[in-house]
Amino acid sequence: MSDRPSAQRRGTLIIGNCQAGVQLAASLRELGDTDPIVLIGEEAHPPYQRPPLSKAFLKGEATAESLTFRTPDFYADHHIDIVTGEQIVQISRDARGGEAVAASGRIFGFARLALTVGARPRRIPLDGSELGGVTYLRDLEDAAALERNLRTAKNVVVIGGGFIGLEVAAGARASGKTVTVLEAAPRLIGRAVSEATSEFYLRAHRRRGTTIVLDARVTRIVGAKGSVAGVELGDGSIVPADLVLIGVGVVPRTELAEQLGLSVDNGIVVDSHARTSDGFTVAAGDCANMPNPSITDFGNGRVRLESVQNSVEQAKVAAATLLGLDAEHRTVPWFWSDQADLKLQIAGLSAGHDQVVLRGDPESEKFSVLYYRDGGIIAADCINSPLDFITVRQALHTGQAIPAGLVTDTSVSLKKLLAAEPALERK
Amino acid sequence: MPTITYIAQDDSEVTLDAQAGDSVMETAVRNGVPGIVAECGGSLSCATCHVFLCADSTAAFPPMEELEDDMLDGTAVDRQENSRLSCQLSLSDGVVARVRTPETQV
Repeated sequence: MSDRPSAQRRGTLIIGNCQAGVQLAASLRELGDTDPIVLIGEEAHPPYQRPPLSKAFLKGEATAESLTFRTPDFYADHHIDIVTGEQIVQISRDARGGEAVAASGRIFGFARLALTVGARPRRIPLDGSELGGVTYLRDLEDAAALERNLRTAKNVVVIGGGFIGLEVAAGARASGKTVTVLEAAPRLIGRAVSEATSEFYLRAHRRRGTTIVLDARVTRIVGAKGSVAGVELGDGSIVPADLVLIGVGVVPRTELAEQLGLSVDNGIVVDSHARTSDGFTVAAGDCANMPNPSITDFGNGRVRLESVQNSVEQAKVAAATLLGLDAEHRTVPWFWSDQADLKLQIAGLSAGHDQVVLRGDPESEKFSVLYYRDGGIIAADCINSPLDFITVRQALHTGQAIPAGLVTDTSVSLKKLLAAEPALERK
Repeated sequence: MPTITYIAQDDSEVTLDAQAGDSVMETAVRNGVPGIVAECGGSLSCATCHVFLCADSTAAFPPMEELEDDMLDGTAVDRQENSRLSCQLSLSDGVVARVRTPETQV
């Protein structure tokens, strides 16, 4: 069907072979849509899970095959046409549909269009970043190269102390490498967690033998014979390295949206129905900038979230919207990160908190940080404390209170506190 | 080859041949069995792959560990005696097992 001479304006074209794209296609079918669905991506692989790339995959505990979302039979049975290795470079559309042109010249017609184009690693213009052994991590090719290089590397330097950087650092350290993390900010994971959680991760990684430099000013990457040899800091010192991972965040891919004339502002601007500014095209996942979906703070400001859960839930809403059904992206955002034997689970969005309460002793490596605003709980970072995570997530869903004054007593489960408190009226 | 049957709320059944070593969750998700969400991909972080293990299948899997036990307190449909997180149910070769999926996972 993809080789038809002229592109018919039928069915749904989903651009982006990813978590959100697969979910959107599957949800369209679940909602009863019988029109053609084409899911198209640049990579050579059918859609696969990305979170394990910085974790299990590097340890050899996951393979390209084990990461695939669905079997070929699933896509065939559901008449979802998976197109790999095609990069869409141009789209035109009106209210009834349009055409997307790939770099190869192939043309894909559509009646409905979804952008699940994701994000790309933020590149930093550093001298020496073209040297062998310097990598970014976003896709399977990156991860495979990293895994190969890790086998022989002795000195690993990670530029960027965010989730990806710390996950890779923890894995490399556990396999006996000398590991240095260089973070430009005064604390780790500063974009996602509070100071208490940052401080814990700083100590926990140092306890495991990783060197962490905060306020680090990286001036260049140095090398010999085309391969990396070290990373130079502002004071002229050089951290030896035979492998450098740069993990300094991602940039949403907005070029197609811009070409379509859609509103773009730190991502593709969507409403709570995942609809972009043209009123027809939908967008979901890492590329979308949306009204705050958090139940406790619904519609207050705009956010762009980089998480599996957001991709999945927003894609479901986008599918419904494409079919003219009413659905709203309203949820309790949550996130996770596995670093060494530390399981971090985050429920809710902590931005705007006016109180932070510590539950448990960080030195025990099992504790939670609870965030409150005007006395009501809005989020929690839970370290090796799944029960706290689950309970806070539930409370944020139902609007039940977890009184800040009572949570410091770890002998009482949050669940018990929850049961004792009547549900609060939420705005 | 392990064989796993998923029984939905309406008693409809899906039976699949699985790969030895895969979990009940992975097998369901890859084949698009409704009723199992598995947002975290099996890292014991989300409690959205909750199943009820049928009585004839208890012996096919090792008992649960503490983390799974804790997470089961947070499932969307309240846990029962036979509740498990299907990401923790690894299928050994030759196993024939049956699970029921709950009404909802989120």
